[in-house]
This record gives sequence, C-alpha cells and structure tokens, in this order.
Amino acid sequence: MSAPAEPFIAHETAADLPDVRRARALWRNPGVVFGVAVLLIILLLAIGAAYLANVDPILLRPRFRLRAPSAIAWLGTDQFGRDVYSRVLFGARVSLFIGFAVATIAVVAGLIIGLVAGYLRLLDAILMRVMDGVMAIPNILLAIAMVTLSGAGILTVIVAIAIPEIPRVARLVRSVVLSVREEPYVEAAIGVGTPVPLIMWGHILPNTIAPLIVQGTYTCAAAILTEAILSFLGAGIPTEIPSWGNIMAEGRQSFQIAPWVILFPGFCVALTVLAVNVLGDGLRDMLDPRIARGMDNLR
Amino acid sequence: MGRFLAGRVLATIPVMGVVATIVFLLLRLAPGDPAAILAGDAASPEHIAEIRARLGLDQPILVQFAEWIGRLLHGDLGTSIISNQPVTTLIGQRLEPTLALATTTILFAVIVAVPLGVLSAWRHGTWIDRGVMTLSVLGFSIPVFVLGYLWIFAVAMQLQWLPVQGYVSFRQGFWPFLERLILPTLTLSVIYIALIARITRASVLEVLGEDYIRTAHAKGVGERAVLTHHALRNAAVPIVSVIGIGIALLISGVVITESVFNLPGLGRLTVDAVLARDYPVIQGVILLFSAAYILINLAVDVSYTIFDPRIRY
Repeated sequence: MSAPAEPFIAHETAADLPDVRRARALWRNPGVVFGVAVLLIILLLAIGAAYLANVDPILLRPRFRLRAPSAIAWLGTDQFGRDVYSRVLFGARVSLFIGFAVATIAVVAGLIIGLVAGYLRLLDAILMRVMDGVMAIPNILLAIAMVTLSGAGILTVIVAIAIPEIPRVARLVRSVVLSVREEPYVEAAIGVGTPVPLIMWGHILPNTIAPLIVQGTYTCAAAILTEAILSFLGAGIPTEIPSWGNIMAEGRQSFQIAPWVILFPGFCVALTVLAVNVLGDGLRDMLDPRIARGMDNLR
Repeated sequence: MGRFLAGRVLATIPVMGVVATIVFLLLRLAPGDPAAILAGDAASPEHIAEIRARLGLDQPILVQFAEWIGRLLHGDLGTSIISNQPVTTLIGQRLEPTLALATTTILFAVIVAVPLGVLSAWRHGTWIDRGVMTLSVLGFSIPVFVLGYLWIFAVAMQLQWLPVQGYVSFRQGFWPFLERLILPTLTLSVIYIALIARITRASVLEVLGEDYIRTAHAKGVGERAVLTHHALRNAAVPIVSVIGIGIALLISGVVITESVFNLPGLGRLTVDAVLARDYPVIQGVILLFSAAYILINLAVDVSYTIFDPRIRY
C-alpha cells in the first residue's frame, strides 16, 4: 500500500552553494517571492488586526444582520450582524498560528520517529506499520474523531491535525537516514568509532534539513485547509473564536441570501494556502528537486 | 503470481489491525472522561454512566479490546448512541449517494486529468503547460467546500441552470439523479484532477525522453499514436498508483461535499454524528473508509501487472 520511499541521493543543488549565493538564488525564484510576499502581507494584517478592524469581531448587532458589503461593512455582515471584515482579520491569526504550530509539531515528531526507525532495525518494522495504519485513516475523519472525543479547543485541533501528518514526515526522514548511512563518510565515521548520537547530529541530521523545510511548508498549507474544513463541519475551533473556518460555518444557513460570509474568508484561505504551496514548490526546486510533489506529499 | 497475490493480501491484515487498534485506543486514551464528553455538557450522572456501560468503558481494557476485535470480525460495528440502530444498518442506508458521487468523480477526474497531463507533458514548457500546472496548484489550495459554494453561487443561483442541493435516487429517473450530481462532482473532482494531472505530466515527461519514443518518431509513427501507445502506456503505473492513493483525498472530500450539497450519504452521516457526538457511528465510518482505502490500493497494486507486463511477481 505504501508508496515506494524515494531514494535520497546527494546531488548538486542550491543547497551546495555558499550561503550568500544561495540566498540570492532563492530570491530569484518567482514562487518563493510570491509566497513570501503574500504571507508577509497576511501576517501584517493578522498582527495589526486590533488596529485595522472596524468593529469588535465578536460584537453581535442584531440590527445589522446579513448586510451586503458596503462602505460601512466592507465585506458585509453575518447572520448575527458581526462584521465579516473584522472577523476575517482576526481569523488570519488563528489560521497562521495553526499552520505554523502543526508544521512544527509534525516535523519534530516525524523527525524523531524517522530517525529512530531509520537507525534501529528492531523498531523500524513496528513503527512503519503503525505509520501505514495512521495513513490509511482519512485525515479529516481521524481529526474529527479526536476533536469529538476531546472537546473543542485550539490545542486539541492542533494535535488532531498534526497527528495524521506525522507519518509523511517520518517516512521522508527514514528514507534520508537509510540512504545517508550508506554514504562513505558515514561508514568512515562509524569505522573510527564515532558514537551513534554524534553521527546522527553531525552527519544524518544536516541531510534532513532541506527536505524537512519543504515538507514543513506543505504540512503548513494542509493544516490551514484542514482547520477551515474541521471548523466548517462543526468539529474545529470553538465557535466563539473567529477563525476562517468558523466564519464560513456561520454562513452556511444563509448562503443563498448572504454568499459573502463564505466567499470572502474562503478567498483568504485559498490565497494563503496557495502562497504556502507555491513557496513550498519554489523551495523544493531550489533546495531539493528530488522530493517530487508526489504520492507522499498529497492528501 | 499466486504467491504475490497471497502475500499482498496477507500484508493488508497488519495494516487493518493497526487501524482497528488506533480507532479502539482513540476512545480509551482520550483526555478526561470520554463518556462525559460524549454525553454532552448538560448530562446527568446516570446518562454518563449509561454511555460508559454501552461503550464497555467500565471493563478492563484488555477485555474491551478482545470483545471489540471479536465483534469487528463478525461485522458488528456497534449501535448508535442516538438512534439505537446498528451502525451497519445506518451505513447501509447511506451508501448509495456516496458511491454514486465517488464513481462519477473518479470517472470525470480520470477523463479530464489524464489528457490534460499528457497535453502538458507534450507541450512541456509552453503556456499550455504553465496554465495546466497553475490550475493544478490552485486546485490544491481552494478548500473543497468553498469551491462547492462557488459553483452553487455561479451555476445554481446566478445562472439557475442546475438545482442547488439535494439528492434523487437513480431509481426515480436517471436525469434528475445525474442533474443533482453534476455540481458535487465538479466540486469534488477538482483536487483529484489537480493530483492526477500533475503525476500524469511528470510520468509522461519522463517517458518522453526514452529512446523508444525517438525510435517511434523516427519510423514515422504519428504524434497521437506515440503519445497514447508508447508514452501513456509506459507511464501508466504511477498514474494508476496515484489514482489509488488519491482515494484518501476523495474520502475526506466526500464528507465535505455531501454536507455542502445536502446529499444524504456517509459524509452527512458522519457530520450529523459529530454534531450529536455519536461516537460509535463516527468509528464505524472511519473503519469502513479505511478498509475501502486499503482494499482499493490492494487492487491498484495487483493491477500493475496488467498495465506493465514487465512487472511479474
């Protein structure tokens, strides 16, 4: 069932260039520039949400229910009269935070599991079967079950989105470890009696950094999408917190008379995820062309 | 071949076992008292105790596990906390719309995506290629439900060409049935098309560099015949494989698409169960979908021998 792990072969990429030239090469990649620019703008909007918002995002104003976008309510109002523009600004905070947090957790946990599996034959078979099992469960359903059982909360949602992402990272790291440990310099290090932790730290870990950065951006994109979907289905962030998914969930009942409640936050999610994906593709092309946007990176 | 088949079928057993164990542990390892969470905020102690007893949470964990596996092997997925009906019955009632949507989506996606991918590889580096690949990244980035609402907004509300929501069984007429599946199919297939087109392009592009393609060109085989007979045929294995792996994507998408378009399928069943905290139903649907994913990928692996006769197990 598992997609064949991609062999990881050392190769000449921007990663081999000196730091300064590598940085310049990155900035010539249109995907990287577009992705970073869009994300910076969204980050600034999120940080400045309190100053940029027109109204308190959770203020209920029954008299202003379902108003179309206008000079007063730029993106219209929802069924409780809350200002969609102000809510979208605050929602950006939640989405960016969740994307970043999930990517960090998935990368760290996947790195540890991948290193252990790649280095200890005994645990390898067991760990990888467990990873296969986790991957066989559809992401959204696994997350839904975890949120249902643990009660809604930002932390629960982060963990619920991160766990299904871990196997992808673990398999990537494991494939790097398996190929790097055959390299002559690692054999030489073993030969002169370098302790295992030092080999891991000095020789194996550096080789995982480039693929992990790329995988991390894809994970971040997936996490932002998954949060929106979970909240939209009613199994996500508590409804009192304005997240992009929650704003859209509130718009479901009234979509035919007030489509803006769903379409504007939807556009924000799509734009952010697009920026992260394009950034990931750009980084991959520059750092590590061998990680195909292939089977393992898709959900 | 027989040995390969047997080995491959046996290899699905540990994965299914892991899935069953994970689903079992999810409920038992949940922080806090899962019975209290499932019972809701305003539950009486009696109600919580009743749920605990019904889920068997008051027994030793090993006893619970043995009973759980035993029931699973007999095809018993438990009973709903809310409606008291067997989960298998509930699933059976909801199977048709989901199967219908999944079938139309897979068919439509393959019919659209494979030619797009081949075209993209054939015209590699041109604006056609860039256009297809840009659309593909876009397809990965738009949340499925936003796309669904966009279709509803444009096609059903503005143009009024198609009904907004709902489902009609094919037994009540083929056109009404198909008419209500068009928008859901267009919604759900986008991400699948993006995925298949991308892999088709990469796979065909690799094959197009092979010597036998040059030979085919040299001996005067037409462009179309080279693409379909020589290139696509040899690029088929990764494409078929991604269609199988993409089923995971499709399953998550079905849940969302069904709630946008009000289709009474397994996705709606899941979402309703989430809102009612009906854990046995959620658990049953997860097991069913995971098993479907594992079995479809088993079929895909076996099909390699048909697509690439060089693969002999």
